[in-house]
Amino acid sequence: MGGRRDFRWGDAAEEDDGIEGVLPPTQVIGPDEKGVKIIIEWRKNDDGVRTKVTKTVRVKKQVKKLNPAAIRRRSLKKFGDALGQNASDNLTVVSTEEIFLERTRPAGAKAEPEKGADLASLGNASLIVCRTCGKKGDHWTSKCPFKDLAATKGFSVGGEKPPTDDDMGPSAGPGGKGSYVPPSMRGGGKADGGESMRRGRDDNSIRVTNLSEDTREQDLQELFRPFGAISRIYVAFDRETGLSRGFAFINFVNRDDAIRAINKLDGYGYDNLILRVEWATPRADRS
Amino acid sequence: MRPILLKGHERPLTFLKYNRDGDLLFSCAKDHTPTVWYASNGERLGTYKGHNGAVWCCDVSRDSTRLVTSSADQTVKLWDCETGLQLFSFNFDAPARAVSFSEGDKMVVITTDPFMEQQSAIHVKLIEDDRSLQTSEDVLTITGPQGRINRAMWGPLNKTIISAGEDATVRIWDAETGKLLKESDPETGHQKAITSMSKSADGSHFITGSHDKTAKLWDTRTLKVLKTYTTERPVNAAAISPLLDHVVIGGGQEASQVTMTSTRAGKFEAKFFHKIFEEEIGGVKGHFGPINALAFNPDGRSFSSGGEDGYVRVHFFDADYYHIKV
Repeated sequence: MGGRRDFRWGDAAEEDDGIEGVLPPTQVIGPDEKGVKIIIEWRKNDDGVRTKVTKTVRVKKQVKKLNPAAIRRRSLKKFGDALGQNASDNLTVVSTEEIFLERTRPAGAKAEPEKGADLASLGNASLIVCRTCGKKGDHWTSKCPFKDLAATKGFSVGGEKPPTDDDMGPSAGPGGKGSYVPPSMRGGGKADGGESMRRGRDDNSIRVTNLSEDTREQDLQELFRPFGAISRIYVAFDRETGLSRGFAFINFVNRDDAIRAINKLDGYGYDNLILRVEWATPRADRS
Repeated sequence: MRPILLKGHERPLTFLKYNRDGDLLFSCAKDHTPTVWYASNGERLGTYKGHNGAVWCCDVSRDSTRLVTSSADQTVKLWDCETGLQLFSFNFDAPARAVSFSEGDKMVVITTDPFMEQQSAIHVKLIEDDRSLQTSEDVLTITGPQGRINRAMWGPLNKTIISAGEDATVRIWDAETGKLLKESDPETGHQKAITSMSKSADGSHFITGSHDKTAKLWDTRTLKVLKTYTTERPVNAAAISPLLDHVVIGGGQEASQVTMTSTRAGKFEAKFFHKIFEEEIGGVKGHFGPINALAFNPDGRSFSSGGEDGYVRVHFFDADYYHIKV
């Protein structure tokens, strides 16, 4: 692109007269022996400014052999129902969707990928972040050595399933060595772990609906974390298909945080869907 | 790849066939009008009007001038491919299921369903070049197999007729005398109804698909099972690539079962298997129902699938398809 000129009203008048208004003709240079062709075009853009467009095109000849009988059949007359059809019938459409031959296994992979590869040796080691203890690149959440402590700290471990009452028993003292203690639990964890959990589930629980199917627990963590400490996230999955059912429950440690989250995120556009965020109906009310 | 969708049919597809040059695609459906399309761009060339029932099968002569279709209206009709004119109609007392031209197009083999206390049968008719001499006399009639005979085709040099059907058995008959020459071994053969059968490009082997969720590759002369391809769904259609060592298998739950089970993923893909290693290569999704018909273009560079959803999808392979390594 080039040849840009400042636009002045005087020019416009001239152009209206047709003196200056004629754009230079399109110029074609080539094609050279490699088939490269340069096309120089002049046109006016929306502001009426003359612009020079230079296109470099490579012309490639492709030879396709056709059967003479097939060529003759190309010009056959339509018959039957095809006789009266017009283009608006849309009997033949090209799929708008790109369809791939989906490989069962990635190309070149062996039937059974080697198992138990050292996590640290993987290239994406830094992507592995334990949600229980926060350590990077060491182990998955499910393999966390501090997993037992998680319940008392108000973290969900299971990911897919909501914690049952059983796994909230007083298992270990607070502040396992080197592990993260959320602010609400600091100071020796005076509150009874089990009780705080139960209260958390019933009181500050909000329901998020109209989630897209791709939404995972981690995405919700990112979305709701800015409002305050989260004690539990539960995304509902269909047991059979493994797809998300489009809703989730999130428990905040503090009620104020939950209120702020509802005010802010109800009606928020997320993954091209409008989220609905509201208080979860307490379990007792439903039955 | 972006498949071309052909929406000419209002009922589920039953059969697809390319002509030998690969420029025309014939489609049969449960609506009454077989249709011919240009295989390269999906434009509809014409429809063959005259049948009064579901059309189950068709075949096109080697020079692409004659089309023969078999229908549930108890007729088999011979058409002029290029004008859609009906040339002849063979009448039966039972729905006609499968139809196939012999090498040289001088004969057709037709199977009829069991109907009104009649047994299923295989009929051989002569096709006269001079239309005024055409008769509907049987040259040969074979009876014996129980249940529908879903497919029948000619063996090498027209010496044999190969049939397969609901009794899960593949049979080879003498095309002269009608004597049963070979029968598939019940141990290694299919366990449930055979729904489709199609030959390799050179006719040396063929593939069958069955409701027992497998497709099998057979030797045309010895009727030995060469390979078995196992899927999770009943197989309604199978085809052998003329270009690469691939087979494509289509199926899905039976249409009557789709709403009866809770599985939302219906597995309505066309599955590619390596012909020799029997290993699954991949799947092509797209249909909203089971796949009933599959056909490879004779050049091996495209294939089409017809589904219970009434659509034909013509797929042209991407460049990387030709370099797939198993």
